[in-house]
Amino acid sequence: MAIRRGRGVAAVNYPTGMNLGGDPSQALVHSTPTGNFMVTLSSVDLGQGLKQVMAQICAETIGVSADLVTIDTADTDTGPHCMGTFASRGTHRIGNAVIQAATEAKQVMLEVAAEELEVNVADLETDGAGNIQVKGAPQMSISIFDTALAAHFKRGRSISGRGMFLIPRSYPETETGAMKPSTCYAHACTVADVEVDDETGEVSVVSVKNVFEIGRALNPRMVEQQLIGGSWMGISHALYETTEPYYPSRDGGGIDFNEYLMPGPGDLAETEIIVLERPSSDGPFGAKGPGEMCANPQIPAVANAIFDAVGVRIDTLPITPERILRALKAQQAA
Amino acid sequence: MIRLAKQYFADQRDDDLNQIGLGLQRSDVPGHVTGKTAYFADRNFPRMLHLKMVRSPHHHARIRSIDTSEAEKQPGVARILTHKDVPHNVYTILILIQVGPEDEQVLAADKVRWKGEAVVAVLADSERAASEAAAKVKIDYEVLPAVFDMDEALKPGAPIVNEHHGNNYYTYDSGSHRKVRFGDVEKGFSEADHILEQTYFSSPIEHAPTETTGCIAVPEGNDRFTCYTNTQAMFFTLDNTSIILQMPGHKLHFVGGTVGGGFGGKVDVTVEPIAILAAKLTGRPVSFIYSRQEEMQISSPRAAEKIVIKDGVMKDGRLLARQVTGYTDAGAYSRHSPYGAQKGAAHYPGPYTVPNVWIDTYCVYTNRTPSSAMRGFGVTIADFALEVQMDKLARLIGMDPLEFRFINAYRDGDMKAHRQKTEGAALIECMQEASKAADWPVAEKYLKMSSYGEV
Repeated sequence: MAIRRGRGVAAVNYPTGMNLGGDPSQALVHSTPTGNFMVTLSSVDLGQGLKQVMAQICAETIGVSADLVTIDTADTDTGPHCMGTFASRGTHRIGNAVIQAATEAKQVMLEVAAEELEVNVADLETDGAGNIQVKGAPQMSISIFDTALAAHFKRGRSISGRGMFLIPRSYPETETGAMKPSTCYAHACTVADVEVDDETGEVSVVSVKNVFEIGRALNPRMVEQQLIGGSWMGISHALYETTEPYYPSRDGGGIDFNEYLMPGPGDLAETEIIVLERPSSDGPFGAKGPGEMCANPQIPAVANAIFDAVGVRIDTLPITPERILRALKAQQAA
Repeated sequence: MIRLAKQYFADQRDDDLNQIGLGLQRSDVPGHVTGKTAYFADRNFPRMLHLKMVRSPHHHARIRSIDTSEAEKQPGVARILTHKDVPHNVYTILILIQVGPEDEQVLAADKVRWKGEAVVAVLADSERAASEAAAKVKIDYEVLPAVFDMDEALKPGAPIVNEHHGNNYYTYDSGSHRKVRFGDVEKGFSEADHILEQTYFSSPIEHAPTETTGCIAVPEGNDRFTCYTNTQAMFFTLDNTSIILQMPGHKLHFVGGTVGGGFGGKVDVTVEPIAILAAKLTGRPVSFIYSRQEEMQISSPRAAEKIVIKDGVMKDGRLLARQVTGYTDAGAYSRHSPYGAQKGAAHYPGPYTVPNVWIDTYCVYTNRTPSSAMRGFGVTIADFALEVQMDKLARLIGMDPLEFRFINAYRDGDMKAHRQKTEGAALIECMQEASKAADWPVAEKYLKMSSYGEV
């Protein structure tokens, strides 16, 4: 009887957005009198940081810093329609709507600035630090603060924009399955190292090395949080979780966090996150949706590592100590 | 702990943006970690009622009678709701994207189809009063045979779980399952050096959000109702509520957007319609919040799945043919499952280029808790099955599992089984980086490959 070590690999891809489309989201952007920007949505932040990433997308588009952007969501009396926060769609779909709205608002802002500076609007650019300047002649500039004031109180212009992003519906061809299920795909490859106690069947995940390709990482710290959380969730799914531990009996399922098994902080594997960025052709600044994909490759990687360690295949999730012990027993009997 | 491997795809990326790429702290984080963020349940309203659901103790039963007379006499009880109070009691949420039929009851009328199905809603001044009154509701059931296994459910003569479907599977426009057909899978098998057919299973799992599903519905006095909710989809929930309550959308005002974790578990529209109905019928604010027990055993889990994969592979590592039959256990009602099973069909054969592919995916009804969306919907268990299968195939032909994946990895321009050309592939580069990071050596030729395709 011994602790036996093994390693396994898995590689996956994942579609961004609602399968087969029919997948719209809208955004509205407007400036306050002093050149702050409001983004109005009905989208839901689940705790993953949707509001922050939308602020950065709007800020990048307009050419201001993200702290000047406020996200107003999710009130159905004020926010325009969003399909919802699911299917790894938030950053991609809503982000594209925000870019469109912010681009329209920026155009009005530049037009007002052009009138104030008495130059051609096509010659203007934002400097990313709160000013609008003439390309190649940055000494000719006006602050966004002053531009917004002029728009409100002098020029009678609304610095605002509307954004809509829709992936149209695709209907699968019934006999061949020809269809357009998604626009872009994220990718991952995970290598898991495990130790299996062949006396108890207990598995501990020593380390997971996750390589994720997610399009552009719009905010790497939030990407990190989501990918680490996802990796933990994948390990939990592989080894611990079921609502029906005595299936086919439906009795005895966990009803709280004491009974429903998940790994605690002490069970967290050493987790490495490496991010590759191949910009998607249709995402906001090349982003894709990594939210769901990041919890998937750990499951087969752990399963394959267990086989590598003890030579038994458990093809039923979760891979519990009981299932491993039964398989080891069958292996010895064979 | 994160490392951006910037050397990959640098030629396709413009890295001189100002705000994009900054690891800025989320503006809502200080509120979250100091307990100042307001979630829906932090609101309190004068005269607020609490809703407690009376649920079926049986997996499958006919309802002979419902007697609420004792419960109505309990102190603090304001109102008791049954199916008779719900204007459009039989619904399905995907009807909004024209995926029917309506197959689920807001409150059970004649039958219950899973243990935990909602039958009677009790409204009282406190949670305790509501729970005590709920215990006094008397429901007479005639227990019916139940089926908990997809294979059993699909056998002729199995008890019909849901009469709205007529069969124990969802009927697509393509028939009893969604199909993908590409190349000639039988020819592929006949030419293959090895055939491997394996079956994979999974159990339902819980989303386990920190914050349980719930909402507070408030009558505004002007015939409008404000619903503070943690739904993942505001208008999806509002529009379904509008259908169920036969109430025009302009009467409904949903406020949300701050949620303590969803993971797909908060897209089912299970609390808002009944809470708003209760607010309408009592004229009082109504709170309906799942207990942790309800969150774990009543709210939809991820579906149990069964996946059969048959592969034909050559000794040199090329996958010639892949046939997949996927079964998604929807439980008693559709919710999002017909969509999930279909998403699976589009996902196979995984991120590999296989010339001959045959996919059938089924959405099956059983008397288990209705399953629905969850992070990785339609894909997570498919990836488990596919990637364990890939490991088995590699070992079968005596090849390194990572090198075996390089040989079959899809690249830009490759035609997928569902007839879309691959674009933006990056599997090869992920595996190259994993090989280095994990010190998993592969032959030099694989490190020289590119997702850009043959150059």
